[in-house]
Amino acid sequence: MTSSTLPLRERTPRRIAFSQKLGRWDIKFSPYLYISPFFLLFALVGLFPLLYTGWVSLHRWDLIAGQGPMVWFDNFTWVLQQRQFWIALRNTLSIFLLSAVPQIVFALLIAAVLDTNLRGRTFWRMSVLLPYIVMPVAVALIFSNMFGDRYGLVNTTLGHLGIPAIQWHSDPFASQFAIATMVNFRWTGYNALILLAGMQAIPRDLYESAAIDGAGRVRRFFSITIPQLRPTLIFVIITATIGGLQIFDEPRLFDQNGTGGANQQWMTLTLYLYNLGWGQLDFGRAAAVAWLLFLIIVVIGLINLAITRRISSNGGVQR
Amino acid sequence: MKLSRRSKIGAVIAGASVFAVVITGCSSSGTASTTPDTKTKITLTLATFNNFGYSDALLAQYHALHPNITVVQNKAATSDAAQTNLFTKLAAGSGLGDVEAVDGDWMPKVKQYASKFVDLASADNKGRYSSWKTAGGTANGKEIGLGTDIGPEAICYRSDLFAKAGLPTDPDKVAALLQGDWQHYYDIGAQFAAKKTGAAWFDSAGATFQGLANQYQNFYEKNDGTVIATTNPDVKAAFTSVLTASATESSHLQEWTADWAAGMANGAFATMLCPPWMLGVIQGDSPKVTDWKIASVFPNGGGNWGGSYLLVPTQGKHTAEAKQFVDWLTAPAQQIAAFKVAGNFPSQVEAYTDPTLTGATNTFFNNAPIGKIFIDRANAVTVTPFKGVKYGAIMTAVQNGLTRVEQKQQTIDASWAQVVTDIKALG
Repeated sequence: MTSSTLPLRERTPRRIAFSQKLGRWDIKFSPYLYISPFFLLFALVGLFPLLYTGWVSLHRWDLIAGQGPMVWFDNFTWVLQQRQFWIALRNTLSIFLLSAVPQIVFALLIAAVLDTNLRGRTFWRMSVLLPYIVMPVAVALIFSNMFGDRYGLVNTTLGHLGIPAIQWHSDPFASQFAIATMVNFRWTGYNALILLAGMQAIPRDLYESAAIDGAGRVRRFFSITIPQLRPTLIFVIITATIGGLQIFDEPRLFDQNGTGGANQQWMTLTLYLYNLGWGQLDFGRAAAVAWLLFLIIVVIGLINLAITRRISSNGGVQR
Repeated sequence: MKLSRRSKIGAVIAGASVFAVVITGCSSSGTASTTPDTKTKITLTLATFNNFGYSDALLAQYHALHPNITVVQNKAATSDAAQTNLFTKLAAGSGLGDVEAVDGDWMPKVKQYASKFVDLASADNKGRYSSWKTAGGTANGKEIGLGTDIGPEAICYRSDLFAKAGLPTDPDKVAALLQGDWQHYYDIGAQFAAKKTGAAWFDSAGATFQGLANQYQNFYEKNDGTVIATTNPDVKAAFTSVLTASATESSHLQEWTADWAAGMANGAFATMLCPPWMLGVIQGDSPKVTDWKIASVFPNGGGNWGGSYLLVPTQGKHTAEAKQFVDWLTAPAQQIAAFKVAGNFPSQVEAYTDPTLTGATNTFFNNAPIGKIFIDRANAVTVTPFKGVKYGAIMTAVQNGLTRVEQKQQTIDASWAQVVTDIKALG
């Protein structure tokens, strides 16, 4: 062994070690690098505004004049003492239930029908998506006309049938029902298509063997389709929850003032937030409502997740 | 201009994500030179809403006078859309037009931020307006807004429905009939209602109340901004009396709703409070009705509803040129040109002697001499209502209270109690 070869030998393995290390890093970190644009973007347009809103909510904050003195949780306590906040919360939950529940039930049924061997399958599938393409503003315009109290299409039709007119813009339940109708019109088809995609991924031999065992259509739907759809259902329910609790366009456009009705019949939390922030120019209180809404969505989202898991796994176990 | 709450359709904000708008406070205020540049080619943006009557021809005229300046007009669909836009961009510190139009009713909110606007007072426009119009555009002694139009109110009525009820139909006789205070107006309404024509006397308690509220100097707020709406006996008395009349005399159709527009076409009510800009609304909503007429009278004297201002934000790059342009645009000659286009009634005192205005008639309203009528109505306006920062929010609370009773959801007393709570929550 010469003195000249020794360093060479020592160097060579080191080089290999480094490239090996690089290779290992590649396997270890590259996936994170590839998905990092999403997280960077999310940090910029999601996380930062979220935290900043939290910062705003701890101050007196005028829309134009900007930051005022720090008041800690005064904005939150003020908001929680407002009658309007609780009414807004009631309306939000009620519109959410009136929209999310029928939406998912109907979406499931439509998807199940579309999953069968229909003629002109693509045509039917595209048709259910049609309402989704229509601008929410256009939807609101059309439905506002239909739900006019005196000269609206719905009440005129009811009048011909001898049924007394429904006060769409004064009765809380009627107004919320009308708004939920707009939401359902727009989102049912969209959810149906997502559920349909989920259904198509269910192995067909499950249905075949069930059919051989003598299971009827209904039984197959409840014992195979629903349990197998679990991940898709969770996705649909969570997105419907988030969307449902943030409803804004439809109630805002439901009447000419856009503030949720004379008696706050259909004032949702987002609308309350908007009235505070842009009507009264009080960003501190509006930010407090935004954070409360965020917390409410998280809580309800978690409840839904738990319920969905239980229901669909039970469905699978049922014999 | 039109304080149109109308169908707000334009005011849709990008979903619930609105809150992502992050406030950056005020940025650098572009303090340009104080004397207008006459050489460099520049473009001025003029942001208006609804229809101010500023035609392309009128704006081209300015280009002819100042060849280096081109004016581009951006029109928002409604007053409300313009309001949202103004406050959002004022907060962002950039993005506003060189000249911004502001509705008289949300001018008080804008006046809080007087430092963000240029003082427009000059030798040219001194004494151009009646004192109350100037006061509306002045904050802390700084004239940040120059008036465009005003809304002196008359009464519009359906002569066919009047005939049916056995009331006079001729505008002069109707004016004589309605001469008096609000109670007198309600009393005639009771007579009308007793005839069972199938129509109501007025459109809604809210609209009527609006006309009444604009006749007090301190209805909701004292001059120092203290809110007195809940303690001022005048407010509660007006609230009660209009709702008492409303039970038999109102069509219960809230302003700017689709039902209200349809009601106008279907003869649901016989009278309406009528500022000049309302004429276009009536014609637009009931084009086939031939029986609308205007009586030069208003309960309890004169009243003004609406009217706008033009402002120059300091964030603009060409504030000196913009100031010069606003001065020109709000001069009597230009406002008379705008009146011919859109019917917005000039706020400039000098315009009232111009033959174009004094001789103006309106064919849709059976050739009513609208020039003469509204000059008279403008002269009848004697009170300058004080409108503070909370004016808009208080008005909304009271209007909601009136609507609740008209919708038969609450009694007058219960509704008033809620109005009081809502106004206190503004604090």
